[in-house]
Amino acid sequence: MATAAQAESDGIFHWLDRSHTVAKPGFSRWLVPPAALCVHLCIGQVYAFSVFNLPLTKLIGITQSAPDDWKLTELGWIFSIAIVFLGLAAAFTGTWLDRVGPRKAMFLAALCFGGGFLISALGIYLHQLWILYLGYGVIGGCGLGIGYISPVKTLITWFPDRPGMATGMAIMGFGGGALIASPLSVWLMQQFSTPTHIGVMETFVVLGLIYMFFMMMGGVIVRVPAPGWAPEGYVAPKQPKKLVTDQEVHVDQALKTPQFYLLWLVLCLNVTAGIGVLGQASAMSQEMFPGRITAIAASGFVGLLSIFNMAGRFFWASTSDYIGRKNTYYTFFLLGIALYAAVPWTGHTGNVILFVAFYCVIISMYGGGFATIPAYLKDIFGTRYVGAIHGRLLTAWSAAGVFGPVLVNYIREYQIDHGVAKADAYSITMYIMAGLLFIGFICNLLMHPVHERHHIKTEEAKA
Amino acid sequence: MTEAKHHEDVSDSNAIKLFLAWSFVGIPLAWGIYKTLANAVLLFH
Repeated sequence: MATAAQAESDGIFHWLDRSHTVAKPGFSRWLVPPAALCVHLCIGQVYAFSVFNLPLTKLIGITQSAPDDWKLTELGWIFSIAIVFLGLAAAFTGTWLDRVGPRKAMFLAALCFGGGFLISALGIYLHQLWILYLGYGVIGGCGLGIGYISPVKTLITWFPDRPGMATGMAIMGFGGGALIASPLSVWLMQQFSTPTHIGVMETFVVLGLIYMFFMMMGGVIVRVPAPGWAPEGYVAPKQPKKLVTDQEVHVDQALKTPQFYLLWLVLCLNVTAGIGVLGQASAMSQEMFPGRITAIAASGFVGLLSIFNMAGRFFWASTSDYIGRKNTYYTFFLLGIALYAAVPWTGHTGNVILFVAFYCVIISMYGGGFATIPAYLKDIFGTRYVGAIHGRLLTAWSAAGVFGPVLVNYIREYQIDHGVAKADAYSITMYIMAGLLFIGFICNLLMHPVHERHHIKTEEAKA
Repeated sequence: MTEAKHHEDVSDSNAIKLFLAWSFVGIPLAWGIYKTLANAVLLFH
């Protein structure tokens, strides 16, 4: 009896194994991007977590915060913990993920992310904030990290001819997740709220179940190509471009190369510049254009930025397939420097249209930086360990998540404390962001192919 | 002849799967974009 149960259990887990996800002949590779999107559209919800902040401060007081209600500053930690665990989970599970394949990783991500919501719902029911830190922050954060990197290598293997476009499509989903989560969460809270109760707990339960189902569907759809598979008519370039290797570098060896740290800085600096202004976009637009951009218009501005953040991921990553990764990052840095430096001018001249346009381009390049990095890693280190290396590199995101907002907030506070008008308080910040991008430009300039001593030997590669 | 029919079957079944898979992710995303754009219009009023 026990043996039969064991066999059945093994059967279920075997189904999650890489060997069971190998595509049969005739499988369309265009089914893999929607599988990746199933995961990324869900975990992108993290960008919309702030819609819960205000309702969570009124769980007891209902119409206004009671003395025993949670404070906004306490709630802010939920998002921060989740982002830190995203980076940690991506860094520590990348090698495991490469071994077990995307399906098992997607299922684990679904259990962690959806389960994080369910545990947090319990925390709301018991009014214990630490359970939310554990649920959404730690467990949900691990789901974010595992889910984020789970389809990357698979997509690059299916689309050797267009790796930038393929990963850009998935990572676009991460940008688009907030566009769905934000209105959906607000609508659900409206349905579950009564004059004596705020329906956040029920919303968390429903979202947890929806996300678990959606992400598992991604795991059901996903397939890896059979060994040696290549797209019909695809011929690998005989003379690869200078920065595109046809060799493989082991993940542990990659950490010993200067290229890894240069790319870490490239991502970190590009994200620092973008994330700093993304978090402050609403307040910044209102303070730079007092009386002209209202609070409602500012929320429209933030929505517009979200769309450009999402679209930029697909556009820039796809473009990188044609102009090369290095040139794409040159564009991010040079155009970014020009636009950041010009933003204060739009404030001084009162040109709202140009202000909005400049920011839309800046944020598109912020998203583009995320989406282009997996293909850049593939070019430099090869395909075999790209998932694990990408996971390690995402610690740059965690670091930028701290640097960016701190830079923008503290410099602004410092200036206002020293008598600078609110409308002008962002000028120095913009110039500092342009300076960060210049350092990023130098790092990108220093990128060169990995020395052959780091390459995996042919016999090792075959093994 | 049999092989050609097999190719057609695979192709038909792939087309249905592709339609369903892309709809599964495309419809929620389109709804999210529509809601966000509707909100973004406020910026220009």
